[in-house]
Amino acid sequence: MPRVSIEVDGVKYDDDVEPRLLLAHYLRDRLGKVGTPIGCDTSNCGACTVLLDGMSVKSCSVLAVQADGQDVTTIEGLGDGQGLHPLQRAFHQEHALQCGYCTPGMIMAALDLLRENPDPSDEEVREGLEGNLCRCTGYQNIVRAVRRAAGDLSPKPAQQEATR
Amino acid sequence: MIPGSFDYVRPSSLDEAVSALRDAGDEGKVIAGGQSLLPLLRLRLAFPEVLIDVASVPELHGVRDEGSSLLVGAMTTHYDVLRDPLIREHAPLVAAATSTVADPAVRHRGTFGGSLAHADPAGDLPAVVLAMDGVFVTSSREIPAAEFFADYLTSTLEPDEVLVGVRLPKAFAGWGFHYEKFHRTAQAWAIVGVACLVDRSGGEVAGARIGLTNMGSTPVRASAVEAAVRGGAADREAFRAAAASAAEGTSPPSDLHGSSDYRRHLATVLTARALSAAAGV
Amino acid sequence: MTAAPEIGSARLRSEDARLITGRTNWTDNIQLPGLLHAAFLRSPVAHARITAIDVSEARERPGVIAVFTGADLADEQGSLPCAWPVTEDMVLPDHPPIAVSEVRYVGEPVAVVVARDRYAAADALEAIDVDYESLPAVLDMESAVREGADLVHADKGTNKSYEWVFEAGDIDAAFRDAPVVIERRYVQQRLIPTAMEPRAVVCSAVGDEYTLWSATQIPHILRLMLATVTGIPEHRLRVVAPDVGGGFGSKLQVYGEEVACLLLTKRLGRPIKWTESRSEGNATVHHGRDQIQRLSLAADSDGRIRGLKVDLLADMGAYLMLVTPGIPLLGAFMFNGIYKMDAYHFKCAGIFTTKTPTDAYRGAGRPEATYAIERLMDELAGELSLDPLEVRRRNWIKHEEFPYETIAGLTYDSGNYEAATDKARQLFHYDELRAEQADRRDRGDPVQLGIGVSTFTEMCGLAPSRVLGSLSYGAGGWEHASVRVLPSGKVEVVTGSSAHGQGHETAWAQITADRLGVPFEDVRVLHGDTAVSPKGMDTYGSRSLAVGGVALYNACDKVIDKARRMAAHLLEADEKDIDFEGGAFSVRGVPDQSRTLQEVSLAAFAAHDLPEGFEPSLDSDATHDPDNFSFPHGTHLCAAEVDTETGYVKIRSYVAVDDVGKVVNPLIVEGQVHGGLAQGIAQALYEEAVYDADGNLTTTTMADYLLPAASDLPTFTTDRTETPATTNPLGVKGVGEAGTIASTPAVVNAIVDALRPYGVDDVPMPCTPERVWRALRGGGPEHSTRPGAGGGLGSATEDSRSEA
Repeated sequence: MPRVSIEVDGVKYDDDVEPRLLLAHYLRDRLGKVGTPIGCDTSNCGACTVLLDGMSVKSCSVLAVQADGQDVTTIEGLGDGQGLHPLQRAFHQEHALQCGYCTPGMIMAALDLLRENPDPSDEEVREGLEGNLCRCTGYQNIVRAVRRAAGDLSPKPAQQEATR
Repeated sequence: MIPGSFDYVRPSSLDEAVSALRDAGDEGKVIAGGQSLLPLLRLRLAFPEVLIDVASVPELHGVRDEGSSLLVGAMTTHYDVLRDPLIREHAPLVAAATSTVADPAVRHRGTFGGSLAHADPAGDLPAVVLAMDGVFVTSSREIPAAEFFADYLTSTLEPDEVLVGVRLPKAFAGWGFHYEKFHRTAQAWAIVGVACLVDRSGGEVAGARIGLTNMGSTPVRASAVEAAVRGGAADREAFRAAAASAAEGTSPPSDLHGSSDYRRHLATVLTARALSAAAGV
Repeated sequence: MTAAPEIGSARLRSEDARLITGRTNWTDNIQLPGLLHAAFLRSPVAHARITAIDVSEARERPGVIAVFTGADLADEQGSLPCAWPVTEDMVLPDHPPIAVSEVRYVGEPVAVVVARDRYAAADALEAIDVDYESLPAVLDMESAVREGADLVHADKGTNKSYEWVFEAGDIDAAFRDAPVVIERRYVQQRLIPTAMEPRAVVCSAVGDEYTLWSATQIPHILRLMLATVTGIPEHRLRVVAPDVGGGFGSKLQVYGEEVACLLLTKRLGRPIKWTESRSEGNATVHHGRDQIQRLSLAADSDGRIRGLKVDLLADMGAYLMLVTPGIPLLGAFMFNGIYKMDAYHFKCAGIFTTKTPTDAYRGAGRPEATYAIERLMDELAGELSLDPLEVRRRNWIKHEEFPYETIAGLTYDSGNYEAATDKARQLFHYDELRAEQADRRDRGDPVQLGIGVSTFTEMCGLAPSRVLGSLSYGAGGWEHASVRVLPSGKVEVVTGSSAHGQGHETAWAQITADRLGVPFEDVRVLHGDTAVSPKGMDTYGSRSLAVGGVALYNACDKVIDKARRMAAHLLEADEKDIDFEGGAFSVRGVPDQSRTLQEVSLAAFAAHDLPEGFEPSLDSDATHDPDNFSFPHGTHLCAAEVDTETGYVKIRSYVAVDDVGKVVNPLIVEGQVHGGLAQGIAQALYEEAVYDADGNLTTTTMADYLLPAASDLPTFTTDRTETPATTNPLGVKGVGEAGTIASTPAVVNAIVDALRPYGVDDVPMPCTPERVWRALRGGGPEHSTRPGAGGGLGSATEDSRSEA
């Protein structure tokens, strides 16, 4: 069995894994990182989205062996350990979740979206999240939440003023 | 679902990759980004005994300027293709089509070479490379695009042959371009797609290249339309008239998302639109 | 000091804290010592006799603990329950959780493997060898009811499970000499509910005490049914619905996998987990809709409706599951919509096919009915060249006419269709869009604009119990709540209505905070565990607030009544002189003498000095069984752009004005509407479970069963009017299904409206680009609209899927 070394949410793990073990199952069944759920077989739903070396991937469509030597961030690794990440807060404030099953993946995909585009329009948010399905919200409040978080994450005009 | 068991090797050079494939015989399968392969493995529609992960093969990475052409490494991710300045400058049609492939997370993992080697006629890139007369550079030879796609999900790659990259001519750098993708939802495959390049000289069309997505078991060129627009006026009327023959010689599939007839019809409408968009009229 | 009222405030949800941080307790997250994993082998064929199963090789596979076939479990697995025998002579076939001798749909379980991990379990399935002797697939309902048709259940001699008829008024008179008769045949395509969380079950036993965790909407019903099916005594079985990732009706079920996990745990003495994959779920979670509707509407020349005839074929699938046969009948009372008419005739036949069983899916019967009447109203408007809003106005119940007994025998307690429509019209810029539509028509624009109207109502609550009883429904329609005021003054609320995304933990705390005058943060809501919440009827049919919320309201009142007595005792005053306000009791006219609820609670807990006959604590229980359904309504308007060259439909704008009565939490209500709209729009445009000619489901993955992503949907404009329900003290009506029910016809009406000048009067759902294109080419279904004709139901050719 290949041995992998993967850092997950700041903790390094060394494990022997079957080559076929999906990263999603490695996280859930081996490491107990059950914050990342699985919703499909075909990488459509995006519920299992995590960051791999800082970029969003669907952890059901990555083998654990492929992630060897890389760094995984899951929903459980967001925030500073004390408070919520601005995206988490915005999802709460904008009622951007109902059952919450898609939420971890949606937030991780949104995080990636804002990394690429810190100030997206509604349309850009909708396109940027097209790899993540939600069956409860109709997406409208998710779009609001991502835009709100974008505002919260960007430097405030007042601060920009002050640094000038 | 859960894939069946397989062995896994991760060669660190092209030679090692080829010999690993050779050792595996018919039971080996190359995995690049795995975005097409993993769902097939999970659904147990594919049962390779050995996966040869080419992620660490240096020869497969990066986009190189070769003077009159670009060599796009097979392991270049869609994400990297979209950000690559050489591709933006010399092959913007590739970027346009790549931006419609799947979704951002899949584009982070999925690769240019992987999606071409998968040879899915519903994929967005095969029609583009065909339209551009790209050349597939493998571990042992060079294969013109017109000879690469053999059938549905089948390329002419030999079992022990590794796709190294795809050579794309710079000749189309100044041409107008457009990829017209028609699908039912954001996540759905193209019912039909049209990859189009137009060389305009004043009000006339000096040349055009058109590749069609999902109009047969392989990507196809709309050669009749290319011929019909060449030397003609660059306007919508002319394009519409020329595009009427877009489905000529195609045998598109009938499936859940569209019948063969409908695809033929769409090919004419979308080809006219793609020509107009590429020509900027 | 009086705090701002909680009821009506846009409280952010308490449940979010765990959901946004990945600390949710999904069933598949549960780990237990020695946990084994189950995997089911499923039929690859639509209909066959099982002639042999060889599991010997599978048993030898590494990690495999046991393999069972249906025959191995035949003595104890029983038959999956159907709790709604809609007629006395309903044909109710046996439904073994694991097939024993015959399979009747692709995906039906035939064997189960138990292994040390999920990978080993999946591998062992491949080593099971089953011999099938092929039997004919039965796929088309209309041929299934013909003489000599192949049978799904040969021993029953028929593919018809039941026929159910409802009649009111003189239907023949209504159609006789009617100036306008519109006949249509609409198909409600089969849908796959697709909750984001796949099903999952964990079962464990300690001695003969069983605990079953399941991703279910119905822990209470499930417990009773599992006890009945397996013989495990009800008091030895605890059912827990932990965090559940959506249901939409699909988890309102007693599934074979739940029964099997319980039996395997019993057999093996080890805890067992089963989690389905999406492709497994698409084939085996019950499906929704699937009706062929033959409709006739008779009207006067001014558009006034005289009568409506409805003749349904409803696909049951291969078996009757928990409430399968009743689903189309929930629509029986809704085909008349918000309209007055003289006569109504409804007939429904439940038909067996070799497909996945159907059952409740968001709206359950009402979307089908609403679609039919709202499409017919547009057709009537088209026939008479009237504005679709005008033809509705001429027929709807006016606000001053409530309460109103409809032709279907329901009493609508309240409503104001005029107000909702006026508001929607304004928000939509109806007249401007009509002008643009005319302009595009004049210009021959290849992209035409259509405006779709849906003025809907629905019935929520699935109660009263006596009505359910009269419909032979197997359970009551009441709901339970209990309130425990703890000695510290904190409050625990227990509800029998188990949430899976609806926000009960927030809304119930709001109701409690308001009624008891305690801070919102001091209330905790418990649900979803039969050991915690002993009584309940669970969550479906938009019933939680209208029934369970009212039960809570009543339970709070009981607490206050009891506390008032205790406070009077403490304040040495007469009970009738005690006021309760802002969480404190005081003697009227002596405001400085008061006791907070917490003080009263502590005194009642300590019990040092109680009034005569007073039992310690302020806890209370209440059940609520409403006198009537509740009837939310609204007006939805959809503007769709239709590309006449490709058939592509783009929703440009969508306005939904809903009247759900009083609102406890507007944020939650808006969210429910948004999500409902998305699902209803998806039925109109995208979703369809498709079977091939051999009975194989071809839409087993999300790559084939198309769900809308964010970029496929418009930004909705939502608003409300508020006409309180008069049948409950909260004035609430229910909102869970309204968006889904209203939006499907709004979208299809918009498409047909865009294309009516081209002679198009229908596009079958889902309105794929190809179907729109075919309709434009005259390939759509044929109907008749006959002036002066009598009754009778027309026949029309179905737009066949075979080509697509």
